[in-house]
Amino acid sequence: MALIKLLGVLIVIVGFALKLDSILIVISAAIVTALVGGLGVTGLLETLGTTFVANRSMAIFILIMLVTGTLERNGLRNAAAALIGKVKNASPGKIIGAYGIMRAVFAAFNASFGGVAGFVRPVIMPMMEGSIESRGLKINEDYMDNLKGMASGMENIAWFFCQVLFVGGAGGLLVQSTLEPLGYHVELIDLAKAEIPVAIFAVIVGIVYYYIRDKKLAKKYYGEDIAKIAVEEEK
Amino acid sequence: MSFFTSADVTTGQKLLEIIYIVIGLITLYTGIKNATDKENPYRVGTAVFWCTLGVVLAFGRWIPPMVDGALIIIMTIPAILHKVGVGKTANPTEEYSKSVFDKIGMKIFLPALSIGICAVGFAIFLPQLGAMVGIGAGIIISIILLIVFNPDNKPAVFLTDSERLLSQVGPLSMLPMLLASLGAIFTAAGVGDVIAGLVGKVIPQGNVNVGIIVFAIAMALFTVIMGNGFAAITVITVGIGAPFVLAYGADPVIIGMVALTCGYCGTLSTPMAANFNIVPVAMLEMKDKFGVIKNQLVPAALLLAFQIAYMIIAK
Repeated sequence: MALIKLLGVLIVIVGFALKLDSILIVISAAIVTALVGGLGVTGLLETLGTTFVANRSMAIFILIMLVTGTLERNGLRNAAAALIGKVKNASPGKIIGAYGIMRAVFAAFNASFGGVAGFVRPVIMPMMEGSIESRGLKINEDYMDNLKGMASGMENIAWFFCQVLFVGGAGGLLVQSTLEPLGYHVELIDLAKAEIPVAIFAVIVGIVYYYIRDKKLAKKYYGEDIAKIAVEEEK
Repeated sequence: MSFFTSADVTTGQKLLEIIYIVIGLITLYTGIKNATDKENPYRVGTAVFWCTLGVVLAFGRWIPPMVDGALIIIMTIPAILHKVGVGKTANPTEEYSKSVFDKIGMKIFLPALSIGICAVGFAIFLPQLGAMVGIGAGIIISIILLIVFNPDNKPAVFLTDSERLLSQVGPLSMLPMLLASLGAIFTAAGVGDVIAGLVGKVIPQGNVNVGIIVFAIAMALFTVIMGNGFAAITVITVGIGAPFVLAYGADPVIIGMVALTCGYCGTLSTPMAANFNIVPVAMLEMKDKFGVIKNQLVPAALLLAFQIAYMIIAK
């Protein structure tokens, strides 16, 4: 009969898989688990209240918002666009790589430039298109589709694996507060340090993989032309 | 008040409590602003959500735990009913940002980086205050720099901008905190022991390396199913990570943290994580619905393999 305790876990898995309302899933799972697990209503409210208050550090993002919006208002995104714009005469693969490095460094400081809507579309895409056209080539839609996918991929990889380097980010805080009731006390700075090798590897993998993939795709869609042009440019 | 004058409480704790009060007040402001905002379609629901949250964040320490718990439940009701909305927001115009950038230039990176620098600096050099207080200090520096750079940045600008962002992210921003509480409820109800009993029938107990591999793959797999690494980590750490890996003396720092980023490999591979993998397809007008995921599968697999090896070596 112990299996009934897993009802809450089942609710979480099935609920998220069915894309039900996330907060509804979590609250239902909490109520069901508390009831079948013998905590009762009092135990539920007490555990919920105690842990939520103990985990208030996770609300630090609200304090950070005190400046995030104003940074954007004061031209942070424009500055980022100007910075990446310094990458001139580069192939799309190199542009994606340069963006990966920039996004990775700023992710470690919890600074973002508006994601796909705010940065990839208005800044990175025109740069890649310009790069193709500057070689005297027409935009191939399938090639461009892949470049968009790669730019989004670089955006995600750099953000996921480098934001964990920010001491006080949601990931580290959640791990800290998940381990605490299990009896393991860990410091945020150590959690961030543990991710350094992973972050470096992630950025390198992203850059190298997309660079190689771009070269391959360029060859596929433009034949040998693009290779020749690239060689001439280097001369 | 006795809390702040007590000698038993460290300065770090006192400062942290002040930070929570400030966070709570920003949240309360968000609730009150929306309560009086005629452009918000759900004034009551929005106000209930942010105001109860603000009270718990600012004063939760002095409220009995049961009342805190009840307030959290009340807070989630308008969120579940989708009665938390966004009111009038004053997004900065493209022209304004451009004109300020022309004045400030690349210096704008300084206030953006100061928060992270202070967080690390405090954690290393002032551990008695800690990273969280460091973030608070970084924000103060950031605000001062922004005011110096551009006199338009009056205190009200910071407050309205934070309200704008908080309203835009909405109740979902509370998901990590609610998941952390759910994890604690799982632990209190003994869910971990039950999962451990089940998994123990399949994988040999006592072999830490096998435990690590199962933990990492389970994190990725469950994130693929749920589309949310944060949801996965609370369930899988309690059920697999703790009983099969940490119980045998593996380093909770490395194992606990890297497991989360193993989950992120799942995030890269699943249409369930629509925000990251499906929304960009629409925003970039791509033809292939899975165009983002297809370009992420190889890095995700490499990263998972690397992290498993890293956990086994560094445990």
